[in-house]
Amino acid sequence: MSTLQKDMSLTGQAPKSLNTTQKIGTIVGMTGLIILVLAAFNINFPNKPIWLTISLLAIVMGVAVFTKGAYGNKQEGIKNDGVWFKSISSRGFLAWLAGIALTGFYIVLYFFAELLGLGVDGAANTGLISLFDPLSRFLNGGQASQWFVYGTLYTIAILAFGYKFINKYKHNRYEQLRTASVMFFQTAFAFVIPELMARLNTDDFSLPYNDLKNMWPLNYYAFDQWRVDELINAQTVGIVFLIFGILSIFVVSPILTYKYGKRWYCSWVCGCGGLAETAGDAFRQLSDKSMNAWKIERWVIHSVLVFSVVMTTAVISTYLGYDDSKYWLTKDVFLTGVAVFLGLLFAAIWYFKRDELAKDAQYGAIGYLVVVLSLIGIHYASSSTLFLFEAGTLRTVYGFLIGSVFSGVIGTGFYPIFGNRVWCRMGCPMAAILGMQQRLFSKFRITTNGGQCISCGNCSTYCEMGIDVRAYAQKGENIIRSSCVGCGVCSAVCPRGVLKLENDSQDGRINPTEVLLGNDVDLMELMNHNK
Amino acid sequence: MKNIVIIGNGIAGVTAARHIRKLSDHKITIISAETDYFFSRTALMYVYMGHMKFEHTQPYEKYFWKKNRIDLKRAYINQILTEAKEVVTTDAERIPYDSLIIATGSKPNKFGWPGQDLDGVQGLYSYQDLEKLEANAPNKDICNRAVIVGGGLIGIEMAEMLRTRDIPVTFLVREDSFWNGVLPSGESEMINKHIKSHHIDLRLGVNLEEITADEHGRVKAIKIAETGEIIECNVVGLTAGVSPNIDFLKESGIELGRGVKVNRLLETNAKDVYAIGDCAEQHDPIGSRRPIEAVWYTGRMMGETVAQTICGNDTEYNPGHWFNSAKFLDIEYQTYGWVFSNKSKKDNELHFHWKHPEKDMCITVAYDAITNTFLGINTFGIRMRHEVFDQWLTNKVSVAFVIEHLKEANFDPEFYTHFEKEIIRAYQVQQTINA
Repeated sequence: MSTLQKDMSLTGQAPKSLNTTQKIGTIVGMTGLIILVLAAFNINFPNKPIWLTISLLAIVMGVAVFTKGAYGNKQEGIKNDGVWFKSISSRGFLAWLAGIALTGFYIVLYFFAELLGLGVDGAANTGLISLFDPLSRFLNGGQASQWFVYGTLYTIAILAFGYKFINKYKHNRYEQLRTASVMFFQTAFAFVIPELMARLNTDDFSLPYNDLKNMWPLNYYAFDQWRVDELINAQTVGIVFLIFGILSIFVVSPILTYKYGKRWYCSWVCGCGGLAETAGDAFRQLSDKSMNAWKIERWVIHSVLVFSVVMTTAVISTYLGYDDSKYWLTKDVFLTGVAVFLGLLFAAIWYFKRDELAKDAQYGAIGYLVVVLSLIGIHYASSSTLFLFEAGTLRTVYGFLIGSVFSGVIGTGFYPIFGNRVWCRMGCPMAAILGMQQRLFSKFRITTNGGQCISCGNCSTYCEMGIDVRAYAQKGENIIRSSCVGCGVCSAVCPRGVLKLENDSQDGRINPTEVLLGNDVDLMELMNHNK
Repeated sequence: MKNIVIIGNGIAGVTAARHIRKLSDHKITIISAETDYFFSRTALMYVYMGHMKFEHTQPYEKYFWKKNRIDLKRAYINQILTEAKEVVTTDAERIPYDSLIIATGSKPNKFGWPGQDLDGVQGLYSYQDLEKLEANAPNKDICNRAVIVGGGLIGIEMAEMLRTRDIPVTFLVREDSFWNGVLPSGESEMINKHIKSHHIDLRLGVNLEEITADEHGRVKAIKIAETGEIIECNVVGLTAGVSPNIDFLKESGIELGRGVKVNRLLETNAKDVYAIGDCAEQHDPIGSRRPIEAVWYTGRMMGETVAQTICGNDTEYNPGHWFNSAKFLDIEYQTYGWVFSNKSKKDNELHFHWKHPEKDMCITVAYDAITNTFLGINTFGIRMRHEVFDQWLTNKVSVAFVIEHLKEANFDPEFYTHFEKEIIRAYQVQQTINA
């Protein structure tokens, strides 16, 4: 007789094994990947279009076959059997292997692209990147860059694993529609349309690569001088894009976030979110739910937001400063504008929401103070210097630390270890802004269904943002958290029908309760209202 | 400052402790023999199925107990001295109390079946039961077949658990249809089909005669009483209900029935001794509720209530409208108000039943034959809003009102297909036939 093992995750056997179809799928998909790896190691494939097609098709088909093996013969329902027994999804050996491989890929991609075969100074591509030249020429007319390779693989991943996710949630239309949406936005807005638009570029007309859905501050280079210049130089089309970009931030996003919460962006549109929800779905249970993680999250993400605002302001004011003949906006007007805008915003929040915020308001004040002091610093800076740093240096540091290391290497590379939303939770300044609005000015909430919660913990376990959903549900309290991206999985995995994502009026949205529905009405009154 | 001792760290005991802390500065000690920390019993199945690790079933982080000054003690109490106001552990340690709360929960029923204590025969209630199942049925090579005895909520959960490891399961149900002592026939039949569709060998209308052992004293087979059929198996799950876990109180002088007898203030006959949760038995049933309610939320509610009383605000346990929920494999079930089974319903209770033509979805609405007042609803595969039904039950609305406004009570995720129109049509057809 086997002895008792304390760690349940080591003992399960049946649910962790792959069936034949899944094994075939894995082999097919791996074959596709191996072709790419061989290309990266400079194996010269004779007929590139055919080998690239074979490779990408094999990856997609592999995932599709695996999906059939995993869910094909099963009834509609929750498919989390054995998640904590499988090496890949429970920080086992395979997870570490995958994490190291992904991290390595990102490091090479961001910092050593020539290793992938990027032709430097106009030289022809070799290796992996050259394998993608035919597709690149077909779409945008030019040869591939490492970003084209990355964009293609990224899109393929979202499409293939999106298909898997849709099949996993056969019974849940919310999950299916949301996934179809991120698949569409990634393919059309982030990949096909910008690539095709690149064809329009000529010697005297050129648009920057423009992913229409990628808003500042997630897109931290949105207002870099070269981009703004290119857009302005591209006349009508460019100006329209520039205005659309600004409107997205100040008009479209606040309206949508008010009506639907930040989910409209984070789990329906965003590319980072798209990858996390599809390829990253298998890792959602790895997010840290502890109170400490939440504390760290709030400090880190809001610091990134402050960093991002200061950096962007510094960059813009710099080129407004030394190139004032070109722009109608002067450096001083711009800086004053930013300060006034942030001041009004903060005053409004303070005035309308000070009770709800309590201690958070102090942190907000600190953040605001840092920004304003920085603005003053920029203003009095002799030229392009902010205190000791050049604005350009600030921009480079941000791009390196936040844009590359945080969002890429850590954010995605560590999917199998820290979960699939580390970047969205800890680092994304866009998520910070949307989250602040979601917490304070939005109709969105996750409603808790009276007294039905049994504290089982499925919701918290499968929350990719590390929200302890159960802590609210078992108190009969609605979940209103700035970090919630509205993926809807807590509601899906709940065995008792306790959670529902809703947009409703702001009255009673936040409803702290001590005694839950079902108990003595008088006692509920006493405990819930006399506090 | 009183010294409050709570025996049992389940939902009832822990809720009582939390609320006492909210209301007072009393010293609080929770004693448990089962685990160091509170966990959600209802989630044990998900640990075996690999959806969660055991730590995920614990609703509070370790710091919580220290921060709220709730002392946790791991010990088994086998004696209560109500005169001396002390509890005694199996190590003969005496722990004094000013107020004592007994919240020891349930234990699986055994009905004196021959072989019921063999190796490989077990219930599914405690953390230790989970450990046992992990040892008894780690996979289908070690457990070639499991037989589950007793067709209730734990039985079907155990069947689901074992099936996730591809272990063949035979499910013995005494009734001629699954859980039809509680569910109306249409619903019970739908669940029968659903169980079979999950490749569970469901045997209806049969009883266990005996469990036989191999030479090592491990279960080898079971025998069905009605047919005499012998089914070889390595594990037998006894899931024929639970009863209060109160054997240790027999000598205490505390009045016992099936459970610890309590009044509406949840007081026992012994001074400053209270009982809450699964182990408490009301002298008189409250409404249509049973005197012993082994339900998660009633344990919680009794904890909320007894905390008030102990902190000087005498409060009667006064549960509102009945509600509950469960999950049968892939089918979610919710109930609000009272819908009785064909066996137990009274003459004045009429049912309107709607079932989706293909999917495993249905509702049953119970109403009064004479007044047409809405009495309760069962829903399968459709989520409903607790608050709305609670209000409707309080307002004693009519069945027609409920059918007409069903959409307001829907709690399904966004973009789900709604069936209110079909339900209204079916209701109108039924009314025409009845008229």
